[in-house]
Amino acid sequence: MKIHEYQGKQILKKFGVTVPRGIHCTTVEDAVKAAETLGGKVWVVKAQIHAGGRGKGGGVKVATSLEKVREYASQILGMQLITHQTGPEGQKVRHLLIEEGADIQHEYYVAALTDRATQSVAIMASYEGGMDIEEVAHKTPEKIVKVFVNPLVGLTDEQALTLAKGMGMNEASIPQCVDTLKKLYTCYMETDASLAEINPLIHEADGTVKALDAKFNFDSNALYRQEEIVAMRDLDEEDADEIEASKFDLAYISLDGNIGCLVNGAGLAMATMDTIKLFGAEPANFLDVGGGATTEKVTEAFKIMLKNTKVKGILVNIFGGIMKCDTIATGVVAAAKEVNLSVPLVVRMKGTNEDLGKKILKDSGLPIISADSMAEAATQIVAAVK
Amino acid sequence: MSILINKNTKIITQGITGKTGQFHTEKCQEYANGKECFVAGVNPKKAGESIFNIPIYASVKEAAAETGATVSVIYVPPAGAAAAIWEAVEADLDLAICITEGIPVRDMLMVRNKMKEKEAKGGKKTLLLGPNCPGLITPDEVKIGIMPGHIHRKGRIGVVSRSGTLTYEAVGQLTELGLGQSSAVGIGGDPINGLKHIDVMKMFNDDPDTDAVIMIGEIGGPDEAEAAQWCKANMKKPIVGFIAGVTAPAGKRMGHAGALISGGADTADAKLAIMEECGFKVTKNPSEMAKLLKAML
Repeated sequence: MKIHEYQGKQILKKFGVTVPRGIHCTTVEDAVKAAETLGGKVWVVKAQIHAGGRGKGGGVKVATSLEKVREYASQILGMQLITHQTGPEGQKVRHLLIEEGADIQHEYYVAALTDRATQSVAIMASYEGGMDIEEVAHKTPEKIVKVFVNPLVGLTDEQALTLAKGMGMNEASIPQCVDTLKKLYTCYMETDASLAEINPLIHEADGTVKALDAKFNFDSNALYRQEEIVAMRDLDEEDADEIEASKFDLAYISLDGNIGCLVNGAGLAMATMDTIKLFGAEPANFLDVGGGATTEKVTEAFKIMLKNTKVKGILVNIFGGIMKCDTIATGVVAAAKEVNLSVPLVVRMKGTNEDLGKKILKDSGLPIISADSMAEAATQIVAAVK
Repeated sequence: MSILINKNTKIITQGITGKTGQFHTEKCQEYANGKECFVAGVNPKKAGESIFNIPIYASVKEAAAETGATVSVIYVPPAGAAAAIWEAVEADLDLAICITEGIPVRDMLMVRNKMKEKEAKGGKKTLLLGPNCPGLITPDEVKIGIMPGHIHRKGRIGVVSRSGTLTYEAVGQLTELGLGQSSAVGIGGDPINGLKHIDVMKMFNDDPDTDAVIMIGEIGGPDEAEAAQWCKANMKKPIVGFIAGVTAPAGKRMGHAGALISGGADTADAKLAIMEECGFKVTKNPSEMAKLLKAML
């Protein structure tokens, strides 16, 4: 689960990391009021969407008067902000963060994330802040310093110092930087984050170390014990169909192709998508119905897939284990009838009660095409939509 | 022979009284030598009772001491699953198999590091399979987990995969072509887990009754590449490799918590390229895994 920058900064602040003073708002009037409340002569008007690259897309502006705050806030609020992470249609801006200006002497990068290979928490830091870190990692990997934290021990003073020195932190700011890194680590662990990134982290002329941005991802398996984080969820930033699907315990992700697929198991679902591509078409979605697909669940899955008007055909691929093929077949027939299915449907079923399942499909009177292998199913559906 | 488990394995079921635990324990008991293999269950509140004629003990330690069991299978719900793994480790079992899906990553980080610390201090090493896995099976001997037993056939091909249904797919194809399996192992779809592809490939390489292996991976993480590099230098048996997720978009979690592309090396194409370079016969067509393997025998 992702959150907005202003929420990320609230979390950082709670854990003792210094952030600029700022006020979250949703209207132009409130934006101007926020600037007045903050005082000073320079304000930053920042679009709040879940995607990165907001500055380059025109979603972050520095204002030197209240009139400018008003002007920028009205430009940014409601705009379709397009960044390299939003896709070509962009994301509508519904929230702003108005912040006091910062006295930026240098921009650094720091992040915490879980490292699968070492089964530890990796803390990364770099002198090259404010840039796309993937690019830094690719072009100049030596500019990124990394330590691996044993979660039984925590981030040690030595490790934090290695990072602060390795990232070329301003000499006078090193003690605060060490402190910030340790707080970032604590925050990462206690909130069950899967990514906590500050880009940029800056030092000001008086040596103060401040987080100018905050990006968090949270482990969805741990949300049950993170009430405060769950309360920060912004459904406007998420795909409406994915939210709808999750209500029925379906894992759904919409894609760009025209063949809907309904599969049991995440690995088999990906393999089915890959097979569709291999045989010359593109999948319209990823959809894992999971282990216990009832008629109701299959019907909802059909409805969600068909909401996508690009869908010109559907491929159902089920490996019946615990879930029996006849149960699935009954569900598919009922779902096809309920939604008045008007696009070609290919069903491939294997495993427990396979023959019984095929018979149910055949006897349904519906024009369902049956296939024996994934490859055959993909060939059939690709031919049917052409 | 086989890897990890056989008809003489004695197994404890943690979470045996829950709905999932009950359902699958019954299926596992029905399969091959299951009645002899599943010897104990654990639930501190129901110690002294029994279920499907399996005695329930208060702790894993007690169950192991009373029955001589060396393996446990865990169906405990996510919030308590990491603690259940640790209980199996503290009881010095040989192997713990965690089926549970949805365990918080931090809990897995903690328990994996506790396991490593115990080993570093000279304590007994307990292997962990999973979490978020279907378990493993040695056909016609014993099945521990949630896979459909009837699609398997005894034989000489090893299967290892991160995905449950994709494991069944490979097994189903093999059985249809008359190729049985020595063992089929699901290592699970979570980012922080126990046995990895490389560990299972080493076991298949050492197993005199395995002739060839199908290794199935998916997007995300460095495990398949690591296994491929090891195989290049050490593996004496033919391998067919498949990676799911060529069509998966970057940055999206594809069902499995660990199936997420966060960098270039995480993509299916990158993994397939490394596997091919390391001598695997790779395919982008998951329907031909078994056919390709048969051609290599």
